[in-house]
Amino acid sequence: MEFLRQKINALNSDNKIYNEKRRMTRWFTSLLMTLFRLALIVGISYVILGPIIGIAVSSFFSTEDRYSPIVYIVPMAPTLERYTVAFRLLDYWNVLRNMLVYVVTLSAIQVVVCSMVGYGFARFQFPLKKILFACVIIIIVIPTHSIMLPLYMTFRNFDPLWIFSLTGGGPTNLLSTLTPMYLMTIFGVGLRSGLYIYIFNQFFRGLPKEIEEAAFVDGAGTFYTFVRVMIPNAMPSILTVTIFSLVWQYNDLFYANLFNIPNDWILPKKLNSLQATLAGVPYRITDPAISTLYVYAGIMLMILPMILIYVFLQRKFIEGVERSGIVG
Amino acid sequence: MTDAKKRKGLTLMQRRAVTGLLFVSPFIFGFLVFYVRSLWMTLEFAFSETSTEGLGYSLSFVGLDNFVNAFTQHPRFNQVLVDSIGSMVIDVPLIIFFSLFIAIILNQKFKGRTVARAIFFLPVLLNAPAVFQALETARAFMIGGASAAPSGLVDSLAGSASGVNIGYYIDMLREMGMPMAILDYIIGAVTRINYVITMSGVQIIIFLASLQAISPALYEVAKIEGATPYETFWKITFPMVSPLLVTNMVYTVLDSFVNSRVLQESYDAMFGTAQDYSLSAAFSLISMVCVCGILGIASWLVSKRVYYHN
Repeated sequence: MEFLRQKINALNSDNKIYNEKRRMTRWFTSLLMTLFRLALIVGISYVILGPIIGIAVSSFFSTEDRYSPIVYIVPMAPTLERYTVAFRLLDYWNVLRNMLVYVVTLSAIQVVVCSMVGYGFARFQFPLKKILFACVIIIIVIPTHSIMLPLYMTFRNFDPLWIFSLTGGGPTNLLSTLTPMYLMTIFGVGLRSGLYIYIFNQFFRGLPKEIEEAAFVDGAGTFYTFVRVMIPNAMPSILTVTIFSLVWQYNDLFYANLFNIPNDWILPKKLNSLQATLAGVPYRITDPAISTLYVYAGIMLMILPMILIYVFLQRKFIEGVERSGIVG
Repeated sequence: MTDAKKRKGLTLMQRRAVTGLLFVSPFIFGFLVFYVRSLWMTLEFAFSETSTEGLGYSLSFVGLDNFVNAFTQHPRFNQVLVDSIGSMVIDVPLIIFFSLFIAIILNQKFKGRTVARAIFFLPVLLNAPAVFQALETARAFMIGGASAAPSGLVDSLAGSASGVNIGYYIDMLREMGMPMAILDYIIGAVTRINYVITMSGVQIIIFLASLQAISPALYEVAKIEGATPYETFWKITFPMVSPLLVTNMVYTVLDSFVNSRVLQESYDAMFGTAQDYSLSAAFSLISMVCVCGILGIASWLVSKRVYYHN
């Protein structure tokens, strides 16, 4: 009896030591993991944020700061002059307003058109559906850059189905206007439309069919069902597509250059010409070290609206992507 | 009932088909007018000589001359094409693995996760060409040399202002008998770290979304059965996110293609002093074929390892 009790006690204490050891190892591993993760996240965040911080602070540098060897990151004589000049040269409020109108309307059209097309592919059976959906994949895979020349020609002598020629007007030149971008977006081949169609298609396919059937039984028409039943359910996708298209359209320079859209509508184009304007008559700032400071101020002004939107929508956006059907 | 059927003249199925076509019609129209026509025009241009007359142009068929010119006469095109494809081959796997790795880390629960996520997706916002160029110079200002070096240049790396003599480590690794090919890849990877981080925003989002979609029950089972984290990753996480490897790969290849210098060449040939539409079209076609080829090969390689859950 005594012997047995001793044996049990010994076993128990062995177990205790063993458990203690395991707990220590586990604690140590998790500590290491946390440290590793922390180092990684801080490091990568620095790589991402570093240049933005650099731009932000150097946009406040005065000329002396720029040339002073002891100034690093924190300016000694901060000035707002870069911003006032950049503001004036960019014609900031006007161009920003124009740009926002342009970008927001285009994104709205993208959402409407792409959700419709995506719904059509997701829920209806019609002849050639497979081939047509392959076309969606084609416009995702073939970059627009490969067909930029024909697009340019098409809009320079715009004459769809010879309508203008027949009515006696002759082909119209649509370049230098906003029309080409709107036309392409309305017809579902705008900036990255293929991707949005794909996202909506995946999402609608994932929704249960019963929702629609219930609406049909209650006597709703197809279009009514789409607007009142499917769209409210598709909020995560709509949010994702809206934000992506806002951001990409805002940052897009390719189409803006290709269709030669006037600078007053496109902030990035205005920004690109900033340095050249500075070298011109009233300012005569030709020193690249100084004129880049003005460009930095311009960049801050350009990314500020996007950052604001992002800060407000960030959480919803990431949750939205997670449920939006990109994943399939 | 039969009256109604006769009046409409269509069965329910046919009516559904018509409605479906109506929903899809904007896309069909846009695809035909803007894409099919443009692709056809590109082909036409590429196989013929163009001469502009005022606003119009005339074409005369010359066969493969433009393609031969692109490869043999143009001063830069060969080199630019090979460079772009080469850097694509290095970048794409790097970006994919990096974004998967980061997605897994961001998917864990820890304090400040939302902030970390917000920062990691910031590059998606700032991926504007205009901003990008300015950021490059700003980066040089912040870091002082190392990462501002043009990609793949060992010399400029070795002489960086950061005080670390990278050339020394490279020599050391070479003397240890590391094959030059692998060494080149590592050097490339190190110099590209900025590029890789800024290019992987969307991919991280996509991987993160797919990680969230994995049912926790699977992990529970694995834990109860005594699987190590390593096994859990290879037997659960990786197979479950593998379908998105293809999606991400397509996205990455296209993204790096859009930023490549091949397109710049094509753009310059068209709007530059030469205004050679045919040459530009030939460039476009060649690069398009290359990209499609890369996509085809890569998806074939990856899709063998993809596991489809349903």
